Amino acid sequence: MAVIRDRPLPAAGQAVSVETLGMTMRFGSFTALDDVSLRFPAGGFHALLGENGAGKSTLVKCIMGFYRPTSGSLMVGGREVEVASPRDAALYGLGMVYQHFTLVPSLTGAENLVISRAEVPAVIDWAQERRALADFMDRMPFDIPLDRPVRDLAAGQKQKLEIVKQLYLGRSFLVLDEPTSVLTPAEADEMLGLVRGMTERGELTVLMISHKFHEVRKFADTVAILRRGRLVGGGRVDGIPTAEMAAMMIGDVKLAELDDRVPTDAGAKPVLRISRAVAPDRSGLKAVEIADLDVRAGEIVGIAGISGNGQKELAEMLAGQRPLASGGILVGGRSYAASRGETVEHRVRFIPEEPLQNACAPKMSVAENLYFRAFDRAGGRHSFRLSKSAMRRYAGRLVADFKVRTSSLDSPIAALSGGNVQRAVLARELTGDVDLLIVANPCFGLDFSAVAEIRARIMRARNAGAAVLLISEDLDELLELSDRILVMSEGRIVYETKAQAADVAVIGAHMAGHH
Amino acid sequence: MTIGMDEVSEAAIPAAGSWAGRLAEWTARRLEPVAIGLGAILIGLMLFSLFILALGKSPLMLFQLMYTGGFGSWFSIQNSLSRAAPLLLTALCVALPARLGLIVIGGEGALALGGVAAAAAALPLTHLLSPFPALIGMALAAMLAGGVWIGCVGALRHYRGVNETISSLLMSYIAIAVMNQLVEGVLRDPASLNKPSTPPLPADYMIGALPGMDVHWGFAIGIAACVVSYLLIETTTWGFAARIAGGNTRAAEVQGLPVGRLIVGFTALAGACAGLAGMIEVAAVQGSANGAIIAGYGYTGILVAFLARHNPLAIIPIAILIGGIDASGGLIQRRMGLPDATVLVLQGTLFIVILACETLYGRFKLFNPELWRRNL
Repeated sequence: MAVIRDRPLPAAGQAVSVETLGMTMRFGSFTALDDVSLRFPAGGFHALLGENGAGKSTLVKCIMGFYRPTSGSLMVGGREVEVASPRDAALYGLGMVYQHFTLVPSLTGAENLVISRAEVPAVIDWAQERRALADFMDRMPFDIPLDRPVRDLAAGQKQKLEIVKQLYLGRSFLVLDEPTSVLTPAEADEMLGLVRGMTERGELTVLMISHKFHEVRKFADTVAILRRGRLVGGGRVDGIPTAEMAAMMIGDVKLAELDDRVPTDAGAKPVLRISRAVAPDRSGLKAVEIADLDVRAGEIVGIAGISGNGQKELAEMLAGQRPLASGGILVGGRSYAASRGETVEHRVRFIPEEPLQNACAPKMSVAENLYFRAFDRAGGRHSFRLSKSAMRRYAGRLVADFKVRTSSLDSPIAALSGGNVQRAVLARELTGDVDLLIVANPCFGLDFSAVAEIRARIMRARNAGAAVLLISEDLDELLELSDRILVMSEGRIVYETKAQAADVAVIGAHMAGHH
Repeated sequence: MTIGMDEVSEAAIPAAGSWAGRLAEWTARRLEPVAIGLGAILIGLMLFSLFILALGKSPLMLFQLMYTGGFGSWFSIQNSLSRAAPLLLTALCVALPARLGLIVIGGEGALALGGVAAAAAALPLTHLLSPFPALIGMALAAMLAGGVWIGCVGALRHYRGVNETISSLLMSYIAIAVMNQLVEGVLRDPASLNKPSTPPLPADYMIGALPGMDVHWGFAIGIAACVVSYLLIETTTWGFAARIAGGNTRAAEVQGLPVGRLIVGFTALAGACAGLAGMIEVAAVQGSANGAIIAGYGYTGILVAFLARHNPLAIIPIAILIGGIDASGGLIQRRMGLPDATVLVLQGTLFIVILACETLYGRFKLFNPELWRRNL
């Protein structure tokens, strides 16, 4: 293997300790990170917990050289070092694996590894590189095919390859940023187990950013908890009960509680019925085929599955964005193509994932965005004239009802935080009578209090008699909210279970395609 | 969880600041495009001055002539307003689709087709009808031709995924060729020898001048079109739906809005405006359809629309300004010995600077409404 690092600090393949001393980061008058001192001893598996905006990524970006901290210093291997850029961080053996993949899909694993080096020769001697890679992979606990294009690998394999890439580049300290968010429970366990093995052998120090307590409990030795930029607690994982960790993360906030589940009327008719609906998927090469899917009034049907198994296409079929090749969608017993007239008549509401990109016009104002459902039938009938004062009154009411935090109704909606954009979209979609609600990944990337509130609103809509189709990649969310859970894999529904009787292992196996 | 629409009442609008704070906030929001636009024009003029200096001429003298030629006398002002008339309409051809997120630059072609359609309609209409209804008929024919042409661009975009900028530009060449073919072929007046033209309109069928001025009625029509477009976009549900589709097509689809119909409708309306410009050039200026109506109004309209940030009301002053610059071309040519195309260099420079300055929005704290709300 070629020499990757020109400074022998520390040796590749050997864990190194990292310490932050009084790390502070200010952006203008806002303090994102306030005097945080943390020690990550060599060979440990450390976890960093915190809500969105708690300062986790700021801390990590300071360590990795993306930000220059306002004050404070960094020690690597017991020596104070100056990390002014990600390049410097690489020299000290600090590396990071991101939440989303950074591999080139059309290249093979081997090609991805070789081109990721800081210095690649102009002419690559592939025979020699392959020998070196084979040697290197022998020393790695991971077993990944390096000769196939990355796009053909499963998500778990890709994530492992991301980690292998960092190790290949000679990292001794690795930050994993929510590394399991795209993996099945089984894949996540396997991957983290292997990484844990490496830390136990003293080959690597790991700092994992996570919001999954069970992962932290199972794999990490120590945990540090940030809230609003401050270090609020931490220590050995076995010394802190989970409830205490959660309390430290969110502080004195009362979370919205779910209403009790009103039993679904046994004779309730299906509001949404999909039968033999076929549409091409994103690649256009494969088909998504929903053989049979019913959602009845007053129940939540959850769709589980790993990202990219046809859930997006299903949502687009229901939103009228993906024409069907055959089959049909019925709402209230009538054929449904998601025109505005039909959505009004059948009282269908839609909350797509990533609401700012899919449900809002980012540059239009909060008031205008809140008016999307109501603008053409203010007063209950069609109107041609748009009344700005009616719009402001309507939007003001929704903002108050759903506690949307905005500085003004005239601010562009893109200026709101993620949680408040989602609240605004919920306000728009859940105001008025709802017979059918289609929701996709509503809580992705939101903090605890927003998540609790949004889930409570969905449950309340269900109890009020709405049929709810909930498409989510978060299995915990599905188990909490759904009455029934269906699993999608490779564009088809492959498994159905009652949520109360659900076995996570069985669902996971079906998600992974073992069925 | 049920809120009837009719029972919506005055409710907590987020804590509004003081009266002065709100005024400052509103001003800050409105002033940003004006200040950035003026700044961009100044930078553009400075760059253009370098070009003039490189030619060994005085930029000061040139700007002075530009003022004299465009706005220095009642005569030159009237000349500028006449030149602004088609620009008002061709700028709308860019600004209306832009509200849907489409960049259509084929106004020149729609103008050519509108001109020739008006001339063709005039052949029977001038014999059958009195002047006013005949002119209405010619205008409708021109709007239909331009509307269908640019409406096709919108339909190609929505239903077949063809890039509207490229297709409108290329279709513009086709339209001009079609016009030339007709003017030199079936519609040619045998009496037009050196300059192939359609038969001239009888004098009483020409669009006349506005009362008390030497500016034709086309200017008033252009202003009216801008005002109507503004009202359409800002005060109707149709315009609101179009703005949603322009702000985010996916969000509009999720709301069940007919995005395809909106796109075709707005592009057709845009084409109708450019077609009308062609009819006005024929019926108010040239008297017949011929090569002279291809004077670059369609392309200059793109500059006007971008300078106005696609706001139909802002188009009015900017079209007059650019009309004035156009009008001064002849004077600059005569007095400074510079080529007529000098004003095109200026327009091109301004355009590039305007586009480059788009990235400045939101960068200046002075225009941040939050700042004003907090401090007042």
